[in-house]
Amino acid sequence: MRNLLPVLTVVAALLALWYAAAVWLNADWAYDRAQRAGTTLNFSALVADTWAQDKPKLPAPHQVATEIWNTTVEKKITSKRSLIYHSWVTMSATLLGFILGTALGIGLAIGIVYNRVMDMSVMPWVIASQTIPILAIAPMIIVVLNAVGISGLLPKAIISMYLSFFPVVVGMVKGLRSPDQMQLDQMRTWNASAAQTFWRLRLPSSMPYLFTSMKIAMAASLVGAIVGELPTGAVAGLGARLLAGSYYGQTIQIWSALIMAAALAAALVALIGLAQRITLKRMGMA
Amino acid sequence: MAWVLAALAAWALGIWANTRLARLPRSRGTGLAVPVIFGLTIVVMWECLVRGLNVPSVILPPPSAIAARFAVSTHILWEDFVQTVMKGALSGYVMGCGGAFLLAIAIDRFPFLQRGLLPVGNFVAALPIIGMAPILVMWFGFDWQSKAAVVVVMVFFPMLVNTVQGLQDTTTMQRDLMHTYAAGYWATLLYLRLPAAMPFIFNGLKITSTLALIGAIVAEFFGSPIRGMGFRISTSVGQLALDLVWAEIVVAALAGSVFYGGVALLEKAVTFWHPSQRGRA
Repeated sequence: MRNLLPVLTVVAALLALWYAAAVWLNADWAYDRAQRAGTTLNFSALVADTWAQDKPKLPAPHQVATEIWNTTVEKKITSKRSLIYHSWVTMSATLLGFILGTALGIGLAIGIVYNRVMDMSVMPWVIASQTIPILAIAPMIIVVLNAVGISGLLPKAIISMYLSFFPVVVGMVKGLRSPDQMQLDQMRTWNASAAQTFWRLRLPSSMPYLFTSMKIAMAASLVGAIVGELPTGAVAGLGARLLAGSYYGQTIQIWSALIMAAALAAALVALIGLAQRITLKRMGMA
Repeated sequence: MAWVLAALAAWALGIWANTRLARLPRSRGTGLAVPVIFGLTIVVMWECLVRGLNVPSVILPPPSAIAARFAVSTHILWEDFVQTVMKGALSGYVMGCGGAFLLAIAIDRFPFLQRGLLPVGNFVAALPIIGMAPILVMWFGFDWQSKAAVVVVMVFFPMLVNTVQGLQDTTTMQRDLMHTYAAGYWATLLYLRLPAAMPFIFNGLKITSTLALIGAIVAEFFGSPIRGMGFRISTSVGQLALDLVWAEIVVAALAGSVFYGGVALLEKAVTFWHPSQRGRA
């Protein structure tokens, strides 16, 4: 709560900057129109005009807010124009990709920790795999999977999975290796089997690392789902709204989709944060 | 059938070689050989399976076809590389990271701004910034300027957050020592706090090096001149010229690895004193 005032100040400053930028960027169009109508604009008329254009270069925050209100609360959820419907499409791909990616990540991490060959051969490639800009291949993955008859949710989820497994592998390898030699020796004096060491010592002590990497993985997964929606011809989803908006110059629509995506990311990450707090508290670690 | 058997044989050989190598004491040689053998095994299996199972090349071309395509279209690949990596990604990376670095030093003097900007910056760093791409393409036109702008926006906040955190990473004892030397703000910054911040700064530079490439390529999906890696990938997918797409992917992977490796080498040279670097031979 100590940070509340500074954060609010910064947010207010950003909003003020946004309004000012809207005036500056949209002024050309406003002057243009005034000239054609044969009138001259004084300052207050200019400001009023730049904050209320139909297809502004930069829509003012209240225009975006109105658009979001209109497309979430006022529209039926089943409507193709409802942002909630599009968010749902994106979120389902994000969640599926996130679950797949986390499972793959945990599996790889267990293999890497327990198998020396995997540690030496797979780990460098896991790191190298992330220097490949996977988002660049997203269109190809979608088209190829479509060609073999897989379409809909899964191709997007695969891209999300690829983006989200990496933070989980790195975090879990660190986490599963976090018990120190003394704790491992203690397990040995108790004659614990490998499975018992895993379930009772390694897995519990990796939990803080797992949750931290899951937060990163969730954010990456959403990015993957949004980019995965771009090449499918803008059918549904927040990415499709972005693409359609950019085709038709509907800036207000782009910005509202963007804000929705931001809210979705924030909500999903906050959800994991909540799970983290509850779990760690019950485990007595926080 | 023979190709499939060859793939299985390659797989068995790769595993056998790696298991043997992994049993040897760990050294530079084995540390390098094991991942290389792993990668080679995958490429050989890919080639054999694609041939053996008659996978159509519009779904997955074999590596040999990709290599052949790479060899004959080097001029296209080079043109795309210059457009996307040199003009788009690198210029945006330098501007974004430089700007974030300077802003971090500026707000470091004001704890109030710091407390306000850090949570906001952390929040923004987790957002799907890539969605800004269509807007920026609208503002800055189709050429590389809009791609550089996307990269600037993408790298700015991760870099800002890392630098601000790094600048705070000094102990009271260290700062008191500088105080007893009668060091002013600038001397403390230059000789104590910036060097101490270097591991964080390089962490930011490494994270953002992959982001920069992704940003520049994805921004091209929203409109670009008739060159560039993103443009080539999306149009070649439409023409089902998947070997060219894979050649572009190879270029992107090489560029990404060299970019990341360069930053990592620089980090090694600058932060040689840090425990994470000293541990390695």
